[in-house]
Amino acid sequence: MTAAVIVFPGSNCDRDAAVAIERAMSKAPLMVWHRETHLPDVDLIILPGGFSYGDYLRAGALAARSPIMKEVVARAEAGVAVLGICNGFQILTESGLLPGAILRNAGLHFVCRTVALRVENNRSRFTEQYALNEVVHIPVAHHDGNFRAAPETLNRLEGEGLVAFRYCDDDGDPGDSPNGAARNIAGILNDAGNVLGMMPHPERVADARLGGTDGAKMFDGLAKVLA
Amino acid sequence: MKARIHITLKTGVLDPQGKAIANSLGNLGFQGVDGVRQGKYLEIDLAETDPEKARADVDAMCEGLLANLVIEDYAVEVSE
Repeated sequence: MTAAVIVFPGSNCDRDAAVAIERAMSKAPLMVWHRETHLPDVDLIILPGGFSYGDYLRAGALAARSPIMKEVVARAEAGVAVLGICNGFQILTESGLLPGAILRNAGLHFVCRTVALRVENNRSRFTEQYALNEVVHIPVAHHDGNFRAAPETLNRLEGEGLVAFRYCDDDGDPGDSPNGAARNIAGILNDAGNVLGMMPHPERVADARLGGTDGAKMFDGLAKVLA
Repeated sequence: MKARIHITLKTGVLDPQGKAIANSLGNLGFQGVDGVRQGKYLEIDLAETDPEKARADVDAMCEGLLANLVIEDYAVEVSE
């Protein structure tokens, strides 16, 4: 299998994502610059964290309109797995691949710490290595992570099992959200289940030497499912 | 032609920056500030000389990029 990491001006977690992918898949991903208009055949596309275009206008807004995104949207619609982490999640909502919008953190602070998350859906290709309701610890680092959507959209996401991760306390009970996100939502899937956007950074806890392995299961699972 | 665009958060969308600004106005002694909503203002210079076409172009720009209609509204003024 082959993965691609899309690199925007201001991406800063692209190499972390590449290291996590290479560890899980024993093969380095393609690094694809945002100005490319062609994307080779790949099984997984990662939109990495960072501050593409300096968050000008709105976080993710300009990246979502960069040349490579036409290809990314077409591939996502064709069923290719797309994982958007942090800024990548913002780009997914701005490009319309995921519903809702992501606003400035409710507390206005940049939040950089490890948070507890409850796995709400372990039937997706991204989360199948986790147990349902498992509590995992994964870092967040963002200024704009306040996920919002219309109440009917939130009801639909919850009703159809499209919430992948929710912020919680260490026991899995609802905890303080780091950013004020609606219904403590930390990550969501699209209807087809092939697109996941999440604010926390699984690539930062994909190696015990770097402080944890709770994120490794996501990449291991993808390696297995997409092999 | 020139387009002047105001982009504002939809009613009901939380605006913590507006709240912080309102608090600071209170700290300065301004009484009676019932609320602040922060938005964006853009000016775009257009080669188009037909106001109706200019207006249609700017609407498309707002819907395609400048505003996120999930959370924002926009208002456009076009002038010579």
